[in-house]
Amino acid sequence: MTAHAAEPGSADGFVPRILVFTTNTISDPGVDLAGSSHMHYSPGVNVITLPCTSGIRPSWIIGALEKGFDGVFIATDGEECAYLHDCSKRSNRIVQTAQTTVKERGIDPSRVRVAAICSVCAEPFTKHMTTFSAALRAMGPQKAG
Amino acid sequence: MSEQVVPVDAQQVFPREEGEAGAQRRIGVYVCHCGGNISDYVDVERVVQGIQDNGDVVVAKTTMFACSEASQQDMEADIKANGLDGLVVASCSPKLHTYTFRGVASRAGLNPYEYTQVNIREQCSWVHTDDREGATHKATALVAAGIGRTRNTVPLEPMVVDTTPHTLVIGGGIAGLRAAIGLADVGLKVTVVEREVAVGGWVKTLGKMYPHGKDGRVLIDTLVSEVKKRPSITVLTGAEVVGKAGSFGNYRMSIRVGGEGAGTIEILVGSVVVATGFDNYTPGDGEFGFGSEGVLTLTQFKEMVDAAKGPLAWKGRPVRSVAYIYCVGSRNTGGCSNAYCSRFCCASTVQTAVQVSGLDPSVRQFHLYRDMRTYGKFEPLYTEARDAGSVFLKFDNDEPPTVAMGANRKLTVTVRDLLTERTELALPVDLVVLVTGMIPRANQDLVDVLKVPKGGDGFFNEIHPKLRPVETTVDGVLIAGACQGPKTSAEAVTQALAAVTQSAAILKKGYTEMEPLVAVVDADACTACGDCLTTCPYEAIKMTEEGERRFAVIDAASCKGCGGCVSYCPENAIDLLGYTDDEISGVIADMIEVRV
Repeated sequence: MTAHAAEPGSADGFVPRILVFTTNTISDPGVDLAGSSHMHYSPGVNVITLPCTSGIRPSWIIGALEKGFDGVFIATDGEECAYLHDCSKRSNRIVQTAQTTVKERGIDPSRVRVAAICSVCAEPFTKHMTTFSAALRAMGPQKAG
Repeated sequence: MSEQVVPVDAQQVFPREEGEAGAQRRIGVYVCHCGGNISDYVDVERVVQGIQDNGDVVVAKTTMFACSEASQQDMEADIKANGLDGLVVASCSPKLHTYTFRGVASRAGLNPYEYTQVNIREQCSWVHTDDREGATHKATALVAAGIGRTRNTVPLEPMVVDTTPHTLVIGGGIAGLRAAIGLADVGLKVTVVEREVAVGGWVKTLGKMYPHGKDGRVLIDTLVSEVKKRPSITVLTGAEVVGKAGSFGNYRMSIRVGGEGAGTIEILVGSVVVATGFDNYTPGDGEFGFGSEGVLTLTQFKEMVDAAKGPLAWKGRPVRSVAYIYCVGSRNTGGCSNAYCSRFCCASTVQTAVQVSGLDPSVRQFHLYRDMRTYGKFEPLYTEARDAGSVFLKFDNDEPPTVAMGANRKLTVTVRDLLTERTELALPVDLVVLVTGMIPRANQDLVDVLKVPKGGDGFFNEIHPKLRPVETTVDGVLIAGACQGPKTSAEAVTQALAAVTQSAAILKKGYTEMEPLVAVVDADACTACGDCLTTCPYEAIKMTEEGERRFAVIDAASCKGCGGCVSYCPENAIDLLGYTDDEISGVIADMIEVRV
């Protein structure tokens, strides 16, 4: 089966739902740029924007997977964060906390991914969504708890 | 020392939760066609049908252009006629129209923070042009989530902070001095702090400067005499900024006067202009022959040329030929780590070459360059240098020139000239000038005090290169001149004057309004464990007492609204306004409701 065959309307009809956390000033503009450049990724991708990914509660990531998202992607500012010089470290700590908890609850921790996305990272973001979506399709749906 | 803490009263900002759980809201929802940018790929009518029966939705409509004047007036009329207390507009990116629709809300008497923007263009219709069904489902889920979020919004007021009409200028170079004069002229008190024993910076060490050959020393003398005419300017030399406390509009700056171990003074300022300038790149040992006799940096050579009264001489021997190697320390030339172009050096070098020709027209000058960037009005200088006899040879960075010292103590520069079919040329010369660029100042102590972020290149970062070029993420701390990045003195002065305007904009009203989207502590849930205290680099979190009870409190004026403290609270007692646990958890649940 080609990747395209699993898009909506295909036999299995499984479109992985991915929750993406972005940041107002850096990674969300990068995601917007993918749109204004008319790139494509799966409509299963939904974005929530925050000032900084260091402000994510691990419970949001855990809750998203338990409620029925198939994957969570954290688009951090990396070294560019305007607020916190140690933003990457903080964001990774939040991701690791969430991964540890979901693992304990029987959810594959690789359903949580993190990557730095800059304000012009339209293409890297699109690629991340495509590969993550494919990986989640291979894993199958995350059953809502 | 007592801190004046301005907490946002958590009770005040969550009024609807007071015994009103599940209170009905009256929300208006507008789904935009954006001409066809959205509706060509998303069935906007179906989106409206999908959400119009959601609880609390009173008005649900599509609109051809939500941002049009007519549509804005419709929304205002709807808000008033239906007593709406929440507004959702599903259209383009929030970067484009958040303020537009906050304005609609305000004009209709609705608190602007009761408005939610939903992005169904950049993050929906445009990325799913191949999947109308999927895009329509997704847009419905996003709008549902926007409604869910609006259910949990609370009215907020911008924070009003009184400001101090006094600006601290750090650095007494050309940018700092010009800023000080400008600040005094708009009626602000100014303190200039200069680390060296005299003001003037690099420009004070320069003779003729491009484009018109004005003498740097004269420029600085002119500025100093203007400073002296203005009693509202205080200049502290041999002084360093060692501390910053307080918050936006009222920073208490500690300044050490008189060197290490000497006393400090404290001044209260409303804004800070950082104009700490740059350092010159020093090549590594052996980098293009650096360290050999007769291999100089542009800075050293310029000093020699400025001091010369007649034909150039080096160590008592006449200089008959010079080779300039461009881009040393910039643009990864020869493998150096600086990726940026230092911007001033091409023009500075051709200007210096013209000066040399003026002293002795028979000196042979070879310019080994990668790309000539005598941009804008400086281009005629390049022509002038060629007309005066300078020869330009273009090298490839994969094969940079080499500098060798022969047995006869003569320097030879070898280069492959790209413009003559990569012919290898060996140039015996008396002097080699390495056209060195700018590097950021080594001033980590100051960076630690100001907490202004630096970019990967080590220069200070502005918020937005085009729209907010002198502001930093630390409110009221502005950057001007080469501390922000390599630039010419003219550009440094332009930025200095921009920083003056920005200071005036902040300080001349006497007060400032700030976004109220800050972190707040629920004092009832706080157990005073102190885990949050070290999580804020802006030092906005303090422990406080009320009778027997101790709890953390966040100073709203110091809080940057990043939410970095939120996840460190073991009791979940911290919330970031606009991004509260209720709001975000609600959005996640609502997004999931609508199946793909």
